[in-house]
Amino acid sequence: MERGISFTQAFWTLLVRDIKIAIRHRGDIFNPLLFFILVVTLFPLGVGPEPQMLSRIAPGVIWVAALLASMLSLERLFKADYSDGTLEQMLLSPQPLPIMVLAKVIAHWLLTGVPLIIIAPLLGLLLNLESGSYGALISTLALGTPVLSLLGAIGVALTVGLRKGGVLLSLLILPLYIPVLIFATSAIDAAGMNLPYDGQLAIIAAMLVGSLTLAPFAIGASLRVSTN
Amino acid sequence: METSQQTILLSAKELTCIREERILFDQLSFDIHAGDIVQIEGPNGAGKTSLLRILAGLSRPYSGNVLYLNEDINHARDEFNADLLYLGHLPGVKSELTAEENLRFNLQISGYTQFETTPILAQVNLTGFEEALTGHLSAGQHRRTALARLWHTNCKIWIVDEPFTAIDKKGVEELEQLFLEHANNGGCVIMTTHQDMSIITDQRLRKIRLDYQFL
Repeated sequence: MERGISFTQAFWTLLVRDIKIAIRHRGDIFNPLLFFILVVTLFPLGVGPEPQMLSRIAPGVIWVAALLASMLSLERLFKADYSDGTLEQMLLSPQPLPIMVLAKVIAHWLLTGVPLIIIAPLLGLLLNLESGSYGALISTLALGTPVLSLLGAIGVALTVGLRKGGVLLSLLILPLYIPVLIFATSAIDAAGMNLPYDGQLAIIAAMLVGSLTLAPFAIGASLRVSTN
Repeated sequence: METSQQTILLSAKELTCIREERILFDQLSFDIHAGDIVQIEGPNGAGKTSLLRILAGLSRPYSGNVLYLNEDINHARDEFNADLLYLGHLPGVKSELTAEENLRFNLQISGYTQFETTPILAQVNLTGFEEALTGHLSAGQHRRTALARLWHTNCKIWIVDEPFTAIDKKGVEELEQLFLEHANNGGCVIMTTHQDMSIITDQRLRKIRLDYQFL
């Protein structure tokens, strides 16, 4: 009986399975995206259609909506696996748990984060975003949304055993999201004024590298605590 | 690894478990040897599932520890997990996936690289249902999808919680036969069940009784 521990096998098994399940359950992909589009389109109706006003608030509105959409979609990250027992099997597997949870988070980001990045320029147009800001918008979202998924997953892992963990989850992870939000919107603002924004991007990239390497261990440990 | 019938695979040392401010068991100690088939008995709520989860390392006891080959399972977690097959009362089967995909996933996260799923599914009478989503299968077939991995494993320690639930008579006999073979080959089976067994006789079975304790 051929058996061995393989990081790549553990990673791809989880990634492919999660994407397959999401494709068979399409609502999970479209709900966060729909939420993102709805929030952003409601803003011009709420604050009035003056172009200057809209282009001033555009970076903040798009990023806050992306952040909330990402948080809403995260809640289900481990829920199904927890309630049908797959999570127990993952915890007892000889394969490394951090690799498996990393695969789950990446699958989740591919399904919910990437659509946000693709649709964001269109919403920027809707809010009359400064023409110089589009590059910054896309690059901050591309670097920032994986950070949101990774940090959020720690909170989700801690609350997965609780029946009503939703409020607690937001309280736990919102403070961790704030630095990403601040640097991302400041990068887009700077780009709008034709100023360099490499500094802010570098900080978001540093947060991405940090969370990519450390968060999987924290998520694994949190899952062990939650299933106790 | 060579195991004789005398090898102690798993031992519980003075386990105490407290749930909802109630003591389920206090200072419980026992050894499980290679070749043992152990049934944990007791009324509902006596702590059978809690004990199995502690033995598998999923929950931590209030005090005491579990040893795998004389080493604490929290220190030898990788070796222990590689030698443990745990089937809880949650089957770990995804209703969005087919029986074949579920089995493949379960075997892959256990580290198996080379296997054919069709003969394994045939063992649990799921021939013809390989491509059916498990959400559309009956409760018994759903359960069989989870049990299928028992037919492709080299783990010594099997911890199974209510394995016979929703399984028909013939299926129960096949499972009993499998448990018996596994034990005779130097493995051990730790299980809970309320059903009477026909092939595994009382002489062969070791029982650990948990009682509902009033405080």
